[in-house]
Amino acid sequence: MTTIEKSRKKESALRRPRDLTRGAYPGWFYLPAGVIYGVLFLLPTVVSFYFGFTRWNLSSAEFIGFDNFVTFFTQERLNRGFINTLIFGALTSVAKVALGLLLAVVLTSGIFARGYLRAVIFFPVLVSTIGVGVTFKILLDPFDGLVNQGLALIGITGPGWLTDPNLAIYSIAFVDIWKGVGLAALIYIAGIVAIPSDYFEAARVDGSNAWTNFWNITLPLVRPATITVVILSLIGGLRSFDLIWTMTSGGPGFASDTIASVIYKQYAAGYYGLSTAGNVILFVLVTVLVLPIYLFLNRKSKEL
Amino acid sequence: MIHSRKKSKRLVIGASVLAASLALAGCSGGDAGEDGAVKLTWYMGAGVPDDIATAEALAAAFNESNDDGITVEVDASGPEGVEGDNLIKTRLASGDMADLLWYNSGALLFALNPDQQLLNIQDEPWVDTLNDTYRSTISTEGGTYGAPVGNAMGGGILYNIDVFEAAGVEVPKTWDELLDTVKTIRDSGVDPVIQSYGDTWTSQMTVLADFYNVLGEDENFADEITANETTWQDGAGLKSFEKLQQLADADAFNADYSTLLFDQALTKLANGEGAMYPMLTFTQATFKQDYPDSNIGFFPVPGDSAEEVGLTTWMPSSVYSPAYTEHPEEVKEFMSFVASPDGCAVIGETRGNAGPFVVDGCEMTGEVSQIVSDMLPYFEEDKTKPAFEFLSAVKGPNLSNFTVEVGSGISTAEKAAGAYDEDNKLLAQQLGLPGW
Amino acid sequence: MRVERIRNLVGGIIAIVVTGIVFLVPFIFILLTAMKPREEANLLEFALPQTFVLFENIAEVLQVRDYTVVRAFINSSILTVLSVSVMVVLAAMVGWTLQRRKSRWNGLINMLVLAGLIIPPAVVPTIYVMKGLGIFATLPGLILIEIAFGLSFCVLLFRAFAATVPKEIDEAAILDGAGPIRLFFQVAFPLLRSVIITVIVVQSVAVFNDFAAPLYFAPGGDNVTVQLSLYNFQSQYFTSYNLLFTDILLITIPPLIMYIFFNKQIVSGLTSGAVKG
Repeated sequence: MTTIEKSRKKESALRRPRDLTRGAYPGWFYLPAGVIYGVLFLLPTVVSFYFGFTRWNLSSAEFIGFDNFVTFFTQERLNRGFINTLIFGALTSVAKVALGLLLAVVLTSGIFARGYLRAVIFFPVLVSTIGVGVTFKILLDPFDGLVNQGLALIGITGPGWLTDPNLAIYSIAFVDIWKGVGLAALIYIAGIVAIPSDYFEAARVDGSNAWTNFWNITLPLVRPATITVVILSLIGGLRSFDLIWTMTSGGPGFASDTIASVIYKQYAAGYYGLSTAGNVILFVLVTVLVLPIYLFLNRKSKEL
Repeated sequence: MIHSRKKSKRLVIGASVLAASLALAGCSGGDAGEDGAVKLTWYMGAGVPDDIATAEALAAAFNESNDDGITVEVDASGPEGVEGDNLIKTRLASGDMADLLWYNSGALLFALNPDQQLLNIQDEPWVDTLNDTYRSTISTEGGTYGAPVGNAMGGGILYNIDVFEAAGVEVPKTWDELLDTVKTIRDSGVDPVIQSYGDTWTSQMTVLADFYNVLGEDENFADEITANETTWQDGAGLKSFEKLQQLADADAFNADYSTLLFDQALTKLANGEGAMYPMLTFTQATFKQDYPDSNIGFFPVPGDSAEEVGLTTWMPSSVYSPAYTEHPEEVKEFMSFVASPDGCAVIGETRGNAGPFVVDGCEMTGEVSQIVSDMLPYFEEDKTKPAFEFLSAVKGPNLSNFTVEVGSGISTAEKAAGAYDEDNKLLAQQLGLPGW
Repeated sequence: MRVERIRNLVGGIIAIVVTGIVFLVPFIFILLTAMKPREEANLLEFALPQTFVLFENIAEVLQVRDYTVVRAFINSSILTVLSVSVMVVLAAMVGWTLQRRKSRWNGLINMLVLAGLIIPPAVVPTIYVMKGLGIFATLPGLILIEIAFGLSFCVLLFRAFAATVPKEIDEAAILDGAGPIRLFFQVAFPLLRSVIITVIVVQSVAVFNDFAAPLYFAPGGDNVTVQLSLYNFQSQYFTSYNLLFTDILLITIPPLIMYIFFNKQIVSGLTSGAVKG
């Protein structure tokens, strides 16, 4: 090959990558995933905004305006779910953040048996939620359950954790926190471990103690982890269904219903329009709560 | 690039494993077609053991006696409760239901939309032999759909005769007398009334079994509810809710009422750990079988006057068939067996003599238990009225939750009745009934 | 120095005791009860079994209701293997292309992917769509559902890790004449190996443990999954706690195995958001 041909080939080779780039990453790569995702997830979500306004029995739908939503917020057995969802979501995410951070700080200090401890608190995250729900339902039995038997040993009569209507949702929240705090802790550990030790060196020179270290260095610098934990646990908490359904089926009565279990109950009763309206409400609730928090927390981290 | 051959080999192996599993997955749900003998599957969910035993006995007797090579097999694999109900509705609607289906009669049947989903058997000869009241609970304007798989039964109060004797109390004939009885028994150290909210369906019994008295006050109550001309909260039905509340207020229940299960409640009653249990009389079979030494009697929920005591009755469940069954003729043959004296005999044998049959020509023979003999006079004197769900289709699905709330003191009778009215409204609108 | 060492040791022991009570006792209880015969198990005591019958219990649980639990395990395995393998390939394709291909649609696609993580699925409309396609209450239908619901998380991970594959490798392959398929499957895919393992492990646990989707979309009968069968059997087992807890034990074993062998991958996959935000 002559020099001219070689250089021309080199030129076109240099030019080609940019053109080829488009061809090398074709748009149709999105197609298989897009079809499945679109048909089985996006389409139903879009369509739910119509059917939520109807009385529906799968073969025909009668448009009834806002009736379903009015029903949802006026019937006590339904709006209870809304309140409980807020309580459950707030409680579990705050607890997971606080406890997760606490555990992470402890587990990144020099404490003995760190690896074992991390493994132990994380294992519940991977276990079946139904298994956890059934187990704790039995452990929390007011008469035969281990928890109340243990309390009786130190002279306390344990309450009906799942049978007292005022207590049920909180007991379930406790089990949810038990199951999920390990993940929060591990996320925080990853965040803490990523803090460059120079910060701590510098602080030591300045004569700081563990508390100021935590407040001035750790806490601000684990903000990405905090954001992750808050968002993940809030989304999970607001949408929570498995644990509640296994432990109380929303009972006693409707005392521990959440929107997710209400959705299921209406579906099981054949009130498909009302159930879909519940889905719309949950969609709006999660989006309205999660998005601003995400933006707020993200903006603050940018200021850092 | 060098690894490409290895990679593609791995891809091929991977792809064939995937393909094989896909084929497996596709096959796992399929039924192998049988030629020759027809096999009918009878689906009934994982319900009451008595029901399963009855189904299996009927199937066995039919398999033996029929010459056309038809066999019936019972499938009791499904879940209970809300999930079981849901599964039945789902499978019916998605074309996946077995040839035969065990389900309630009355309002619950109508919620399945029988005109569209079930096989119409109204032209079968045995349909005329069915008791009128029962027939109305398995028929719509569009057709008739089921054959009875049990006896008519009563709903009221089961009581432990020995406990009553020890406390020195008699069977109460009015509601006020019952409240006095509660107090006396409580003072004697026994739980007066057993409740088992671990199985929420049992919480409705007090309210539902009071229906004879409701009709006594307003004999058109059921029709008025259906036509949306009255409500439970403002009409004669409120009293039933109030009765439950009065029991709760009187501290009549066992301490573990919120978690106790149905089977455990029967045990308690049999052992004398509780005096009374609002329940249906089909339980007499369990007592006879599992607690033969127990001494259990029955009386209906009393009303205001001692002369007007009457029994609220429940129609038996039925066997139905989905409209799309592939073997309608065989199904009809089986149903005809069930609704014949032969079928009644099998039912009678399995369930014991639990109550009057709803098919003409079927009689109870032999011994009856105390519970049944306490109940029979009401049938003989025609002092019976069907429970609400057999006179109206508007029975909202959430009643048991409302009664749990009343029994647990979370809600009042009035609020619960009002909430039930709202629940019924949703159901009536969903069913497209006129006037709502 | 020594004071600090002692403090760490003491702190560690306290932590072991506390976490033992809080986190381990429930699991020990499951194991103990699963080892006991029926009468002893029904006492619900936190005590060692007087007779050790774990394997008899396992055999009995597997046989219950015509080997339903065995069928459930087979169904769950098929469901997990198929949905995760397809999910991985499809999501990798999307994540790779998202990271490599500059297009003004990327913003929209990113938003749709995020939506999959936040938005709860609209269940009844999904059933409606599935019925229309004839895949409702079937195992293949459930597989497609798990894929649809799992794509978002996988895409996020793949997109993040696609950035670690240097573009020079792409260009070398392209110059060699590779088309997009060969580029992806033979060049990129192997390089994404570590994140593929992470995704497979994390999503396998998630799909295996999924309860709500099978409950809604494949409610029962022949295609029951292990979570659903445990839930359905609660009422049946109430007089046989030994069997109930044996079932729970069996369901816990697969994720436990995953955890023991793939601990690192699981942790890195689930905590990947922590540092980058």
